[in-house]
Amino acid sequence: MDNVYSLLAFVLLAGMILGSALLVVTLRNLVHSVLWLIVMFIGVAGTFLLLNADFVAAVQVLVYAGAVCIMLVFGVMLVQRPNMEHSNPINWRFKLAAPLVGGLFIVIGWLTAKSQLVVSGQEVPAQTVQALAPILLNDFVIPFEVAAILLTVALTGALLLVKEVKANGNGS
Amino acid sequence: MGTALNPSYFMVLSAALFAIGLYGALSRKNAIAVLISIEIMLTAVNINLVAINKFLTPEAFIGQIFAIFVITVAAAEVGLGLAIIIAIYRNRHTVDLDDFNWMKW
Repeated sequence: MDNVYSLLAFVLLAGMILGSALLVVTLRNLVHSVLWLIVMFIGVAGTFLLLNADFVAAVQVLVYAGAVCIMLVFGVMLVQRPNMEHSNPINWRFKLAAPLVGGLFIVIGWLTAKSQLVVSGQEVPAQTVQALAPILLNDFVIPFEVAAILLTVALTGALLLVKEVKANGNGS
Repeated sequence: MGTALNPSYFMVLSAALFAIGLYGALSRKNAIAVLISIEIMLTAVNINLVAINKFLTPEAFIGQIFAIFVITVAAAEVGLGLAIIIAIYRNRHTVDLDDFNWMKW
């Protein structure tokens, strides 16, 4: 009976994710796109909860649905002044892109159906945070520190990029 | 197969999400919309990583670690991408990718 519920949850979450993702890439108004992007990220966080990854789900909600979407909204507001209605036009390449991504999806689906996955019958341990921390700080300590440096460099670089243009900006 | 969840479902979901993101990245004119589409593609990869982690190696947690690193890199990427777009907008007064042609020669 538990299986039926998790399958139902999966179907609902998949519909929510795919529907809002389609709206994100098809809507004309960029602000509406970003709002549907938040719905999509929350659906993905639900999928992570379904997959027993509660820490990743929390990080997903905090980083993506919180920080990244707010940053995107700020970006939209800073660069789009006139006429938000048609702020997200499509170019001529969509005729090429549609069959390309359709073919890509069919190929991935075919390969997935063909692949033989050895499913391990074990359960994910109930406490994921306590299991993640030693891995992150022992085996993966170098990538962890590199990620910290990457974030610092990205933050400094973003500040520098925006500030430098403001200093010698107008017109040149 | 019954009603139990199996990894193929999640792989097909992530493939569909990746295809939608790729379509958005190819067919939009606005640079911020392309950045959003790239975020969708990275999220699709995360679903795949966490699903593989649950079904194939539930004790090792490598998939979840990778997902966390992907989220970190995506956050850095969106910050830098927006900074570049705003810098270009201040110089050129456009965010249309078809107008970003001054690196051609």
